[in-house]
Amino acid sequence: MSNHSVEIRNLDLSFGAVNVLKDLNLDIHEGEFLVLLGSSGCGKSTLLNCIAGLLDVTDGQIFIKGKNVTWAEPSERGIGMVFQSYALYPQMTVEGNLSFGLKNARLPKDEIAKRVARAAEILQIEPLLKRKPGALSGGQRQRVAIGRALVRDVDVFLFDEPLSNLDAKLRADLRVELKRLHDQLKNTMIYVTHDQVEAMTLADRIAIMKGGQVMQLDSPANIYNKPRNKYVAGFIGSPAMNFIEGELAGGVFKAEGFEASLAEYDWATSAPADGPVTLGLRPEHILTEDQVDSGTLRTQVLADLVEPMGADTLVWSNLAGHPFRFRMDGQAVVKAGDMVPVGIDMSRASVFDVASELRL
Amino acid sequence: MVDVAMTGPRGPKPKKAFSSRNIMLYGILILISVYYLLPLYVMIVTSLKGMPEIRLGNVFSPPLEITTAAWTKAWSQACTGINCDGLSRGFWNSVQILVPSLILSISVASVNGYALSHWKFKGSETFFTILIIGAFIPYQTMLYPIVILLREIGLMGDLGGLVLVHTVFGMPILTLLFRNYFTSIPEELFKAARVDGAGFWGIYFRIMLPMALPIFVVAMILQVTGIWNDFLFGVIYTKPDTYPMTVQLNNIVNSVQGVKEYNVNMAATLLTGLVPLVIYFASGKLFVRGIAAGAVKG
Repeated sequence: MSNHSVEIRNLDLSFGAVNVLKDLNLDIHEGEFLVLLGSSGCGKSTLLNCIAGLLDVTDGQIFIKGKNVTWAEPSERGIGMVFQSYALYPQMTVEGNLSFGLKNARLPKDEIAKRVARAAEILQIEPLLKRKPGALSGGQRQRVAIGRALVRDVDVFLFDEPLSNLDAKLRADLRVELKRLHDQLKNTMIYVTHDQVEAMTLADRIAIMKGGQVMQLDSPANIYNKPRNKYVAGFIGSPAMNFIEGELAGGVFKAEGFEASLAEYDWATSAPADGPVTLGLRPEHILTEDQVDSGTLRTQVLADLVEPMGADTLVWSNLAGHPFRFRMDGQAVVKAGDMVPVGIDMSRASVFDVASELRL
Repeated sequence: MVDVAMTGPRGPKPKKAFSSRNIMLYGILILISVYYLLPLYVMIVTSLKGMPEIRLGNVFSPPLEITTAAWTKAWSQACTGINCDGLSRGFWNSVQILVPSLILSISVASVNGYALSHWKFKGSETFFTILIIGAFIPYQTMLYPIVILLREIGLMGDLGGLVLVHTVFGMPILTLLFRNYFTSIPEELFKAARVDGAGFWGIYFRIMLPMALPIFVVAMILQVTGIWNDFLFGVIYTKPDTYPMTVQLNNIVNSVQGVKEYNVNMAATLLTGLVPLVIYFASGKLFVRGIAAGAVKG
């Protein structure tokens, strides 16, 4: 219990008969940016609300800074929270919004003024202090909401999909700002999102959640390169990973009209038994044009549909009877009906057991 | 081809001011307004006439000689029973009933609605259902039990007793009103305030109350008109000295002794109806806004 900022032990939460969180354990390091990522209904926001103390847990414990806060009020936990809808108090000015929590804590006036000024400076919202939230743009409102957490001078920041209400460009800008803010403050931050780009770019570690459980907790690179199971593999990456069902026989993957040696594959388990497996290939890892030859395996596929996206072109086709997408350079000349030579680098592939869906 | 493009229809389609549709629409609207406004006109006109002029029988004709004598008499001289100090006594009684009932019922109901929307406790839904059922029980069935209740706590015949009755009977509909309004306020706002360390009353007074002005106006209008126009509770739970204005009006208009003074009756009726009317005109816009705010989320 030393350098862990937030620890969650055997957390259960159920609403009536529905178990939203099941025996969940999570350790978050001091100063870490942890992203809780999952599709809607996976329990990520619920978990955040439990950490904040806005929901009573059914069972289990929550520690913040080594202190058991399972029964503590939200304001006593040393957390600040930023909500998706900003949740600014509409009748108060920006300054009033920032100082509301401090006034409730009965801090001296000069201390409040000092902290508000500091937060306003960090977030560059000084000119807005006298305005009401209604007179602010979406990005400015979200900045104020972040400021409200900032003034509380807390150990842990909680973000509940803070950028989801913003338009795409603003989202990208604020994402970078959030990352800078974390580099500057070095607080522990827990960030809930369903956007994998946000997760990949911001996180020190990502916890992928499904059905109230953590599927994988790892660095963005490991989650992307070595997904622990088929769910994580399919969830991360856009366009999604290609899956090809087949058999493993003596270190060779065999599917309908397709064979690939897995000699260069980095096995998670030492000696995988032969049997039915799923091969996962990321569309962006398929080698095309002049790189085809550097793949460990070469073949030709028929392009069904071509989606040019400017920077790159997405080609839909079939491989071994399974839908197969791959990415080509944006300048590549390819049209539907063409035979396209492709190369596959098996060392970057993923192999999953069919029954357990775990990585082999 | 070119000519068609140049001369064909372009810009907004022209509208006729006197289309048959408009004539029908405005004709019916005017007709209905006249139908509703005519009695009011007769009342105002009659109240400004002297008795000799009324005896001529020209109900719709404007007064030949405008006199406010009937208004003065209705306010300060008309007799009900043994008291001959006009409606003024009833007016002040009604004010003494209205103001405390209004403040009490709205404050309790708003806190009720707030608690039922944001501080759900075990059984809160059941509690709410029971409260709403209260709105459907006919008042008549409860009249006598309340008489006994008020007698036992010593408030029978007292204005305080009537205040209590009005507060209790306003509770179901007002709680429903406030609960629905507070439910429409985003939950995240409430959560943010909790993280900021505000408690039950802190959130109520500092966050919820300032956002709920329109619904307070709606509740106020409902209660002012309801309590001011109430006759049943007034006549049962008070005594002649403490009769509210409506009961006194009835006693003036329905008195069988002496000459029927139509002008005084009309003036008395207008005086009694004045308070809700003023409240409505003063806050009509907020009323509509509050009703809409409760209905449409976001």
